[in-house]
Amino acid sequence: MKTDIVFRVGGEGGEGVISCGEILTLACARMGLEIYTFRSYPAEIKGGPAMFQVRTSRELLLSQGSEVDVLICFNQEAYDRHAKDVRKDGQGVILYDSSSTKPEEGIHALLYGIPVSEMAKLEMRNYLTKNIIFLGVLSKLCGVDFSILETILREKFGKKGEAILNLNFQALKHGYQWVEKNLTKKDDCLIETRKGDNRLVLSGNQAVALGAIQAGMRFYAGYPITPATDIMEFLARELPRFGGTLIQAEDEIAAVGMVLGAAFAGVKAMTASSGPGIDLMTEFLGLASMAELPCVIVDCQRAGPSTGMPTKTEQSDLRHAISAGHGDAPRIVMALTSVEDAFYGMIRAFNYAVRCQMPVIVLSDQYLAQRTATVRKPDVQQVRAEEILKPKPGELDHYKRFQMTETGVSPMTVPGTPGGAFSATGIEHGEDCELSYEPDIHRRMSEKRWRKMKLVLQGPDLFRRYGPLDADIGIVGWGSSEGVIREAVQAANAKGYRVAAFHPKVLHPMPAELGDFIRSVKTVIVPELNVTGQFAKEIRARYLMDVVQLNKVAGLPFTPNEILEKVEEVCGTWLKQTHKV
Amino acid sequence: MVETNTQGLTAKEYKTDVHPVWCPGCGDFGVLTCIYRMLATKQINPDNLVVVAGIGCSGRLSGYVKSYGFHTVHGRVLPVATGVKTANPNLEVLAVGGDGDAYSIGAGHIPHAARRNIDVCYIVMDNEVYGLTKGQGSATAPQEFSTGTTPYGQMDEPLNPVAMAIAYDIGFVARGFSAKPKELTDLIIQGVEHKGFALVEVLSPCTTFHDIYKPISQRVRFIGPEHDPTDRLKAFQLALERETIPLGVIYKRERTAFHERARKIQEDSIQKRGKASVDEILSQFQ
Repeated sequence: MKTDIVFRVGGEGGEGVISCGEILTLACARMGLEIYTFRSYPAEIKGGPAMFQVRTSRELLLSQGSEVDVLICFNQEAYDRHAKDVRKDGQGVILYDSSSTKPEEGIHALLYGIPVSEMAKLEMRNYLTKNIIFLGVLSKLCGVDFSILETILREKFGKKGEAILNLNFQALKHGYQWVEKNLTKKDDCLIETRKGDNRLVLSGNQAVALGAIQAGMRFYAGYPITPATDIMEFLARELPRFGGTLIQAEDEIAAVGMVLGAAFAGVKAMTASSGPGIDLMTEFLGLASMAELPCVIVDCQRAGPSTGMPTKTEQSDLRHAISAGHGDAPRIVMALTSVEDAFYGMIRAFNYAVRCQMPVIVLSDQYLAQRTATVRKPDVQQVRAEEILKPKPGELDHYKRFQMTETGVSPMTVPGTPGGAFSATGIEHGEDCELSYEPDIHRRMSEKRWRKMKLVLQGPDLFRRYGPLDADIGIVGWGSSEGVIREAVQAANAKGYRVAAFHPKVLHPMPAELGDFIRSVKTVIVPELNVTGQFAKEIRARYLMDVVQLNKVAGLPFTPNEILEKVEEVCGTWLKQTHKV
Repeated sequence: MVETNTQGLTAKEYKTDVHPVWCPGCGDFGVLTCIYRMLATKQINPDNLVVVAGIGCSGRLSGYVKSYGFHTVHGRVLPVATGVKTANPNLEVLAVGGDGDAYSIGAGHIPHAARRNIDVCYIVMDNEVYGLTKGQGSATAPQEFSTGTTPYGQMDEPLNPVAMAIAYDIGFVARGFSAKPKELTDLIIQGVEHKGFALVEVLSPCTTFHDIYKPISQRVRFIGPEHDPTDRLKAFQLALERETIPLGVIYKRERTAFHERARKIQEDSIQKRGKASVDEILSQFQ
């Protein structure tokens, strides 16, 4: 029996596709299994194609998977859209609504037609119970624990009254019984309960919010934008309980302005947004660099430019994050790599911000922000949150806010500190905040501000490296593709290729070890979800070495197979070249 | 509560040794003097004071007050001041800027500062002109004013900041004149004492590019005690007056300040759901 299973639910937005996937995810997690989800949905509230994929396994999961094992189609369109992604060995399962969908002839998969919409309409007298009927089907067919599903339904619908709850219980039972009576199982997809350890089911956005609170963040200002809004909604509920404040600002300019005000007042502060909102923040980013204020800005990237595709993933804000704004404005740019990394990454982000007294831009994306995954419960006792460097007693006698130091970091006072008053400004200034257009001061202060960035490179968790030490091919990706690449590396080495991966977590400045890595391999592949190869350009510029780009521009994440195919393509080119010689 | 120091600072002692960049005769000198006097009158502890300033001639003011200061970007005084005050409500936060800052590039923040009722006094030095870029008309410039960018006069009609402020329901709306320092000091004191958002619109002429001292001096009048600033309709009437320029407190409405609402939310959420720890929240995701 196959226990690593990719389920995909497809249908129309508003039909219950996402909630079907969410309930399935929760049920698998409560069965003690690992889960990893991916969702793709329209920006509109009703209508348009929606898709929810959940992969579940007994082993740690690194990606959403390459092929679909069990496809659940709510309608013909979902069938037409997704049937091609079902696994190719003929053992893939397609569950479809036989009252509305006609599968193509000769498809190499196991087809189970179930009259779901007929059952929903005639027996349940409620068309919207389709998704719960499908869950009942999955329970009997693939071993999703029935009583766990019942418990989740009670949690979800209990508040809506006994009638609605019973309707859903009935729908679940109908699906289950239909399979019992009418279906002979021919596939090999079956999950089983496993004794679970201390694991959590978290989304990327939830992990970001929790990591920020753990880091000591107590001020948030933001403006709603997909796919970052969950962070704000989560914090709006929880931050006041920590004595913190969240403000829904009138726009992203105001949001980041408030964040800088709070940072100036000595409170750890952040905002989160997506491309269009980050665009608006650029002027304040420069001020944060100039006035040397610590703050964290999370960018949940989505497909651009302009409004682009708000609900689709992309990695196309890297160059913007590194260089947005006029003038040479230093900032740290990080990319979160997984749900677990999102928690710890936010703590690092705040540590970098206070250590370097400058803005930190944290790149996430729709793929990670809205992904749920099982993660080990973080041990919050092990986490260390850094604080701002304050003047020592006695240092306030001749206090200079921007005093020249070896590291570039000057002790910072906060309002309320007796004798520590200073006037922060975006105008070029000397050590004592005196405004100055002198060539020497501009040079020295510019160097001071940039010098601080080096402090980030002293510390752990700057990158992850996977694969053999003597690899031929090196894969350098960034951000949310980490797990996909790691899975591809495992598959490639199993096939006999010698492939390693280097995954930086801090992208600007670049970890020095990246240079050693790319020099140690014959070819470097840089997979990115953008048109131009933004990180590839950075690597070329930094190391004067060419790399092979792998760009996907679909609003969708990579699959491990796509990375593997590129590895094979590169090796194929080598074989041809060797042959010619 | 803002602590007051007991050392008896004089107005002069709130001065830094930085010499203002302003031209001789600039109205902003008058406003700065009134701010010093307000600080001395109220004995505000410089260590607990933050002056948040915008960009333009008037924006330099934060460097001239012996206190914490934050010279920000153009038009964003209010968001920054909101952040400072909300993060540490014990601070006295004074926002200063010009008419370009307040009524053009940053005008969109005014209604929201009003809705939030941030406990900040915002002093707008209005000279109807962009001085630092050498004399272009601002949002309050009269239509007959010809400038480098509007050689045939202003194409747009001037906006009425006081009427706008009343329409936005700012809790304290006053107008002063830099050449009437005694009365202006008093308005700034009242603005600072007001628990919530206060806008003090100050006519502060630019002697270099748009010297309107004379015509203003001829038209200003002080509002008499017969005016009831809590009467919004009467306040609008004063704001819309054309013959004279009424000076004084025009509109007032007391309500809960933003940081107090924020604190209430903290208290209520803790009372309802208990003090939080990250570990406890994480456990909910098991």
